Amino acid sequence: MPAEVLTVTSGKGGVGKTTTVANLAVALASLGSKVVCIDGDIGLRNLDVILGLENRIVYDIVDVIEGRCRLKQAMIRDKKIPELFLIPAAQTRDKNAVSASDMNRLVKDLRSECDYILIDSPAGIERGFKNAIAPADRVIVVTNPEVSAVRDADRVIGILEAEEKGPGSLILNRLNPVMVRNHDMLSADDVLDLLAVELIGIVPEDEGVLIGANRGAPVAADGKSKAGQAFRNIARRIKGETVPFLDLDSGGSLWQRLQKLTGRK
Amino acid sequence: MSEANSKIQIKGLRDGLLVTLDDAPWEEQRAALFAQVDSQLEFFRGARLALDVTSQVLHVNEMVELRDQLSDRGIFLWAVVSESPTTEKTAQLLGLATRISKPRPEETRQYAVEDLGEETALFLNRTLRSGTRIEFSGHVVVLGDVNPGAEIVAEGNVIIWGRLRGMVHAGSKGNRDAVICALDLSPTQLRIADEVSATLKPQSDPKPEIASINHDGRLHAEPWTIS
Repeated sequence: MPAEVLTVTSGKGGVGKTTTVANLAVALASLGSKVVCIDGDIGLRNLDVILGLENRIVYDIVDVIEGRCRLKQAMIRDKKIPELFLIPAAQTRDKNAVSASDMNRLVKDLRSECDYILIDSPAGIERGFKNAIAPADRVIVVTNPEVSAVRDADRVIGILEAEEKGPGSLILNRLNPVMVRNHDMLSADDVLDLLAVELIGIVPEDEGVLIGANRGAPVAADGKSKAGQAFRNIARRIKGETVPFLDLDSGGSLWQRLQKLTGRK
Repeated sequence: MSEANSKIQIKGLRDGLLVTLDDAPWEEQRAALFAQVDSQLEFFRGARLALDVTSQVLHVNEMVELRDQLSDRGIFLWAVVSESPTTEKTAQLLGLATRISKPRPEETRQYAVEDLGEETALFLNRTLRSGTRIEFSGHVVVLGDVNPGAEIVAEGNVIIWGRLRGMVHAGSKGNRDAVICALDLSPTQLRIADEVSATLKPQSDPKPEIASINHDGRLHAEPWTIS
């Protein structure tokens, strides 16, 4: 069966696109799917760092496109998960080295090789973003519960609709249940109310995600982490399973939980 | 060069320019096109260009080069029309339109009404997302929400059957009798004629409201009541 192509994008930078790609890739590969991630952020590559594969790069995506190596040579196999591959971005070139048709061609060659192709889009809505969404079967929009991130996600969804890539699916990243409870942060309902798209996951704020990213070991491989669990659930939803959303509200003080039980809050 | 120029026809379209080339070798055609463009750069700058290459066979690298060179000159190539299936396929690969009767969707829409009189309304049956700007010389009716970052500028009234959280300017040509109504009037900013109001706060319990300029000449909103 040819692979499904998922592009992860956001509009705003720093909301966790690359972390999401790394974690979904690890989670999907752990479920037994063969996954190839493509870093679409030419010139500012970092998916390799988060996956812990930086020191193994020989060839990159621009080498493939410009014919300096074969596709297989640029596919770096993960250390721990043999089903996971990365095609890194070029660090020394810029986004003009790649066009939408280059991406389409690359992905076409890859489709028969694996089950899922995950493309990490650069921030913004310019050429690199357009390249990243060109070959997508499905677009995943990542946002944070912040007004500016949601505004940018809305803009991106509008562009996806205009480009006939569908409205996309939403991942709400770095939700802090305590802040939501205290009305200091937008809730999932607030965000969905505005964006009106399908939600495929809520990832709670968790410092483990950052630690994992710094160590090159995505948190999705950590069985104890709640954020890791959230990413694994998203991977299962991508595979078509119905998985209930995590109860993120189980924390809080005893008093708050009592209030919740008695329906006073 | 005068001979080269004669090979190219330039025509104005409703939303840009149509340049028609002939069957001469591609390099000649390309040179002629750029000679024409460079001699009238001010005219071409910012134009939306559709290119009819008749039966020329163009491959990806040629078309990419052309698009980039045009874009360097501030010209946006949006369509390539051709009799050649190869060229057509190339254009589709690059995400260019291959039929000029159907323009690609744009984020900013300006709708023109000339002969329909002042009682004309534009009906939009969708939610306007951030980055969308609608300009219209009559009234605007939206069946859907207007999200933050979306803008509507209308010479007449604006009716939102949904949540208004973006910016709306009614009576944009100075009509102080224009009104704006919405099921939930929580805009980032409202304007009627030259009055601006940014002080309308989001409602906790949204009710339909209508905004207008009152007797004191201030923009204000009041609940919509059926009476």
